[in-house]
Amino acid sequence: MLNLFSSKPKIRGGVHAEEHKAETAHQPIVKTFPLPKKLYIPLQQHVGKPAEPLIRVGDTVLKGQLLAYSQGMISAPVHAPSSGLIVDVNDYPAPHPSALPIRMIVLETDGKDQWCETTPVDDPFQLMPEDISLRVGAAGIVGLGGAVFPTAVKLNMGRENRIDTLIINGAECEPYLSCDDRLMQENAEHIIDGVRLMLHGMETQYAVVAIEDNKPAAFQAMHAAASAFANIKVMQIPTRYPMGWDRQLIGYVTGREVPVGSRSSEVGVTIHNIGTAYATHNAIRHGKALVSRVVTVSGGAVGKPMNVEVPIGTLMSEVLAFCEVDTDKTARIIMGGPMMGDSLPHSGVPTVKATSGVLALTAAEIRNTQEQPCIRCASCVTVCPAGLRPLDMANHIRVNQLDSAVDIGLKDCISCGCCSYICPSNIPLVHYFKYAAGEVAARQQAQHKSEQTKKLMEARNARLERIAEQQRLDEEARATAKRERERLQAEQTEVA
Amino acid sequence: MISYQKPSSGAHIGANKTVSQIMWQVVLALMPATAFGLWLFGWPAWHTFLLTVAAALFFEAFCLRLQNKAVKPALMDCSALVTGWLLAMSLPPWSPWWLCVTGSALAIILGKHVYGGLGQNLFNPAMLARVALLISFPVEMTTWPNISPLFFSASPGLVESWHITLSGIAQPDAVTGATTLGYIKTEFSQNHVLSEILQDYSAILNFIGWTRGSLGETSTLLIALGGLWLIKQNIIRWHIPVSLLASVAVLASIFHLSDSEHYVSPFLQLNSGALMLIAFFIATDYVTSPNTPMGQIVFGSGCGVLIFVIRTWGAYPEGAGFAVLLMNSATPLIDYYIKPRIYGRDRKGKPLEIPKA
Amino acid sequence: MYVLSAIVSLTLLGFFLGLLLAIAGKYLKVESSPLVDELEALLPGSQCGQCGYPGCRPAAEALAEGKAPATVCPPGGSALAEQLATMLNLDLNLSDVKEPEALVARVSEDTCTGCTRCFKVCPTDAIVGAPKQIHAVVADACIACKRCVEVCPTECLQMHPIEVTLRNWRWAKPTLVTTEGALC
Repeated sequence: MLNLFSSKPKIRGGVHAEEHKAETAHQPIVKTFPLPKKLYIPLQQHVGKPAEPLIRVGDTVLKGQLLAYSQGMISAPVHAPSSGLIVDVNDYPAPHPSALPIRMIVLETDGKDQWCETTPVDDPFQLMPEDISLRVGAAGIVGLGGAVFPTAVKLNMGRENRIDTLIINGAECEPYLSCDDRLMQENAEHIIDGVRLMLHGMETQYAVVAIEDNKPAAFQAMHAAASAFANIKVMQIPTRYPMGWDRQLIGYVTGREVPVGSRSSEVGVTIHNIGTAYATHNAIRHGKALVSRVVTVSGGAVGKPMNVEVPIGTLMSEVLAFCEVDTDKTARIIMGGPMMGDSLPHSGVPTVKATSGVLALTAAEIRNTQEQPCIRCASCVTVCPAGLRPLDMANHIRVNQLDSAVDIGLKDCISCGCCSYICPSNIPLVHYFKYAAGEVAARQQAQHKSEQTKKLMEARNARLERIAEQQRLDEEARATAKRERERLQAEQTEVA
Repeated sequence: MISYQKPSSGAHIGANKTVSQIMWQVVLALMPATAFGLWLFGWPAWHTFLLTVAAALFFEAFCLRLQNKAVKPALMDCSALVTGWLLAMSLPPWSPWWLCVTGSALAIILGKHVYGGLGQNLFNPAMLARVALLISFPVEMTTWPNISPLFFSASPGLVESWHITLSGIAQPDAVTGATTLGYIKTEFSQNHVLSEILQDYSAILNFIGWTRGSLGETSTLLIALGGLWLIKQNIIRWHIPVSLLASVAVLASIFHLSDSEHYVSPFLQLNSGALMLIAFFIATDYVTSPNTPMGQIVFGSGCGVLIFVIRTWGAYPEGAGFAVLLMNSATPLIDYYIKPRIYGRDRKGKPLEIPKA
Repeated sequence: MYVLSAIVSLTLLGFFLGLLLAIAGKYLKVESSPLVDELEALLPGSQCGQCGYPGCRPAAEALAEGKAPATVCPPGGSALAEQLATMLNLDLNLSDVKEPEALVARVSEDTCTGCTRCFKVCPTDAIVGAPKQIHAVVADACIACKRCVEVCPTECLQMHPIEVTLRNWRWAKPTLVTTEGALC
């Protein structure tokens, strides 16, 4: 009610979840993770086309060396996270809720962890903006907040779309996770440098770093680091999940609303993650490709919760073992945060560029799964940041009326998990929506295929008819020819 | 390497507020007003209350059994307890046993399970039963005993109380009277004006609940306190109670100012009958009220207007039950027309236009 | 008297309006029902006969006459059933419609003799090859009609479930963890 009168921008929906960040946010990032014997590097760790390998089994590579190049407009290359020998390029379980296999390069490390030749830039502000995005693209940088959209493409779109504000997302609203928080506390100056490089690359003037107000230390550090630059503003935003949803953040910072079906760049805003800014700094200033990332390892079953820097391709089982996970207590392993992250069937999958956290939750921490009837309490309507009515959508989906669910907004669902979190009847609402979205896609494909089939059959029938017609004509021609021949013969005999 | 269960989607953590917890908090909020009513009307009121609640639980278990559903978990969600409790609070305190049992049967079977059980009913079960009883048994439903608190010498003892519950009140004229609203209605019909009618009316006593009325409805103070606590606990939202009470108050004020001899004051309106219980506990029922804040305001003010209209011009002195049922039937319509705006779309569902710089 | 006039006038009114409707029905009649054509267009058109009717056209006719349920076409699955129900204005609870298992034909290279019988019967030209050469199935065009399996002399053509990969993996429908049946 008071919101109506205060000047503060309105935040739609959202929940206050128990944070569980203190376990990891107060200790420095651990950088002593022992180099794994084998690294499993997926060829696709980004949105777009998978990278194309340019090494062969048996090659030796150095750390940071290009393993697979990006193909197509929207793609990203993959680099060697350490030095060693390529032993396999094959299908291995993917970091995905199904853990189905995808193509990975397997690197046997030699223990030297030797960097390849890098090309640092001393004064990157002399570079052309296009050059910045080229270098960012070549370093394999993708959105490290979890969206894994190739950053270079976003920088290019920034130049083309006249962006007036670059927002750096330091909300980190997911419970348990604190990797961005630690990164900001420890590398504030490097991150701000990365932000300036991004501004240069996008030819944008103004940047806002938005940090939730439950991270005062990170805010202080970033504020101090940014104080020298008038065009970078560091601001605190309220702590409320999902504050880090890009559209929510854009609305809060700029007051603009991105229409459905448009990109944020169309309203003059681009949003990048803290980790991406840091990776940009490393790529431009030091010429280093994205080969490692900070991962939050936490949860009730983790003996030593921490933020740890691991090479890309490290198996999660090794990371969990390093943090002394009690496997008996572990009820669920989650990749990412507990609100939007996906459960994994097992931990034998690699950490990738998108992995912001690996959580091992105990049974006590997990939401109750005993589904009860909906009492229409409308909590889900209240907390939905997208303005949907999850209860009605779930009711339609339960009886497979997917078209009706789409009509009332299924496709506008962002899977943030607020509704599932708040539901007193423990209804797995987001699961229903993900199922329905997949099913709708499958049905569209099926329909497309049936249209295709009809065309193929028509083509075949037309061809068969044509052939039959041809045969008939040939037959006729032959018959006429025969008759002609006989007539000629008869004439000849007559003459003779 | 360890294996876990099949893929499950977020959120993996939960708010830990369950259906039964919500119901228990409602029960807790009803406690003060209930305790006051049970004290105020003595042992027969205890019988009414316990019989109604027990019958509600019995019929719930019976219906679940018929559907081959597990009884225990469904009873544990306490929704039947709350239904029975609310019905008991809206019955006359000295109701005969069969009225209590019939009421519970109507509420649970006809009001809830016929529609498909918890969450499926169109009408508030307690109010459905109340209105059905009022139409079927108008005499029993309007027999209001005098105030006879526990342990007072004039109040009925244990044995006498059983007699009242099992075979009815022996000498109704001696121990019963009319409620404030009923009294006003009757007096109006004899062309008396308010200044004459309300000579003995005490605002304070009515506010505390020292008056004739339904078992748990007399104390405006205690019900409102319970309701406010529910709002503070985030179990209910303010939209329905505030809009309901405000619409009654505004209408009553307008008419009272225009003619104070024929239209009762807003204070008396808010302070009498089932209004407070309806505003905080009945109209706010999740299942039968709209989902959005705006819809809830429409729903609440609709209830308020209907209550005022029925009370002022209708045949019944108290129209709260009818008003709620009427608005319940409008809930699907309200939810259809008033829905939240989807992010990035306008009210009609079309994508927003990109603003020109 | 009043009663009589009311009865007479209302009867006349009813009669007149009924006559009007009858005339309108006769003159404004739509020639042939386009419904059957529309229904047929929705059906897969592979004439597979799994519905029990001799082809898609007869099935569409049965649907239009209300003799067949919306769930008549097994290969169409619930997507088609929903479309048919919308067109025919039927109420439909799809929770017990079984989704067809996705199958695709595959040639086993060891036993294929290149006899060309299979690709002659394939209704969508999904099998490619030449005489005395190993044939292959174009998976995207295969509609799992199983005709090739029937004609293959060496049983080298078999139906296999479509392999699940990250591309076609979908979230399963949440299964209700209810306590149904467990009486206490």
